[in-house]
Amino acid sequence: MVVQLSGVERSDQAVAGLDRPVRGLWSDAWRRLRKNRAAVVGLAYIGFMLVLAIFAPLLAPYDPNNIPSDAFSNTPPFWMDGGSWQYPLGTDSLARDNLSRFLYGARVSMIVGIVPTVITVLIGATYGIVSGWLGGRWDNILMRLVDVVYAFPSLLLFIIMQASLRDTGFGRLLGGLMLLFVAFAITGWNGMARLVRGQTLSLRKKEFIEAARAVGNTPSRIMLRHVLPNSLAPIIVSVSFSIPAYILAEASLSFLGIGIRPPNASWGSMVFQAFPLITFMPIFVIMPSLLIALIMIAFAFVGDGLRDALDPQSDRQR
Amino acid sequence: MVRYLINRVLWTIPVLWLVATVTFFLMHTAPGGPWDARSGAAGRSLDPSLEASFNRQYGLDEPLIVQYFTYLKNAATLNFGDSFVQQGQSVIEVIGNGFPYSARIGVLALLMALGIGIPVGILAAVKHNTMTDYASLFVTTISYTLPDFVIAIFLLIVFSVHLDLVPILFTDWRSYILPAFALGTGSAAFIARLTRSSVLEAMRHDHVVTARAKGLSSRAVISRHVVRNGMIPVITIIGPAFAGLVTGTIIIERVFGIPGMGRLFIDSISTRDYPVIMGVTLFYSFFIILGNLMVDVAYVFADPRIRDSQG
Repeated sequence: MVVQLSGVERSDQAVAGLDRPVRGLWSDAWRRLRKNRAAVVGLAYIGFMLVLAIFAPLLAPYDPNNIPSDAFSNTPPFWMDGGSWQYPLGTDSLARDNLSRFLYGARVSMIVGIVPTVITVLIGATYGIVSGWLGGRWDNILMRLVDVVYAFPSLLLFIIMQASLRDTGFGRLLGGLMLLFVAFAITGWNGMARLVRGQTLSLRKKEFIEAARAVGNTPSRIMLRHVLPNSLAPIIVSVSFSIPAYILAEASLSFLGIGIRPPNASWGSMVFQAFPLITFMPIFVIMPSLLIALIMIAFAFVGDGLRDALDPQSDRQR
Repeated sequence: MVRYLINRVLWTIPVLWLVATVTFFLMHTAPGGPWDARSGAAGRSLDPSLEASFNRQYGLDEPLIVQYFTYLKNAATLNFGDSFVQQGQSVIEVIGNGFPYSARIGVLALLMALGIGIPVGILAAVKHNTMTDYASLFVTTISYTLPDFVIAIFLLIVFSVHLDLVPILFTDWRSYILPAFALGTGSAAFIARLTRSSVLEAMRHDHVVTARAKGLSSRAVISRHVVRNGMIPVITIIGPAFAGLVTGTIIIERVFGIPGMGRLFIDSISTRDYPVIMGVTLFYSFFIILGNLMVDVAYVFADPRIRDSQG
């Protein structure tokens, strides 16, 4: 996989003898991750939610945004008095099926976690790698910009952006998702840029980079083939923490009523919608809140597990 | 060190300028204006001549770029203007009304976070690699991960709706308890983990071994030699933690119906109260930047090695 690793592997093999299979960095990390019970549970839960999100249109018994003419609003879930299997998790205040809305809400959570993360990794990693590679004055200037963006209070920016732009044409794109992507990406890239820059700075002094340069590789090839793959482990750990951060940001904004646009459902907006009923029907607030809590915990378990697996030296200090 | 700190303080100016600029132009792109709310029935717009006179009175008839520079010029002399919506009140007065609520919750939450986080962290470190340690790690992971508004909602349902111990609407001092808990839980977990790891590290120091070797009871070793050193990282995060808690009330205030800064901020945005939006945003940003700055200052005061080495 990575140039300098093959040498390590071979010496490893020589020490351990031929009966021991060759294990690379990634299979080693995967083995450690599998041993971490909390991480496995978290991974399974995230996988389950991902399946629900992908197949939401097939699984949902009703159109999540359709207001039926024959249903009652605020029907309780099936295990409570007055509930029925016709609407297993009840209906919301506009008589829409809760189960279907939860399924589509899972979709929103997954998309809103993944898309901005992909954008921030692309922008941040490019920025960081270029800044670290150039070094010196250019690095200084580029990092100053990162500092300024970093100091910008992101929740305030999200709130102002959402409140200002959600009723414009751009804010209406993809039911408001596009604006969320942009808001999260604008503030999110600088963390990744710092991380990758730090990696690049320490890697560019290493012998194998020197060797790659001596052999006549172009800088862009070295960055792509050598620096980036060797920064992958910390990038993955950072991604495992940024996905839930965006999921939470969307949920918070939607809870404030300025996230996803109605009639689309997200877990946060379902809390927002059911919140006035908290004294009469707390279950409608509890269900989406619980979904938000569970996905956050699942990601935290996986994130901690990944950090331990990819960085054995960290030794659970934090 | 002094030069470095001055440098850091000066850096807040371009950041605040960026915050002001972005906020200014973003809020003016929002459809609608500050006079819509006053027109009575929703959807009906104000009499055009009246609107024009309002606009003239508040300088909103000038080109945006002129308004922008006027605002910057006034803000530089700490003149943040008057609220459009709350008649006769300056922005500073409006913030002065809302901020005490947020500050009280923030202080309570911080006290709670320190009061719970530090003992739990020390206990976990002292009982390193026992069930107590693992249990506290598990609980802190979950508490740190749970979104504060979800904690707030569950607290509200359990203690206000079911047990009826705390009034559901904002009334008296009891109304501060649940918000402080909801807000402080995450910080308590963070402080517990930080305390644990720094105490663990402090326990490995030579002077601790010496103290043990000369026969001090393990209680005395922990309280006199380990905890003192272990507290340095905790002290340094108090500043930013407080800033984070005070500004973190935006969402919590919505759950508990508290008339603090958070509600002020959301309300000012929905009523297009431009001066208040700007004022609150700058105030919040200043707080957060100040909090980050305090990390550096705290380090200098807490750790004599840094103080002496960089003089």
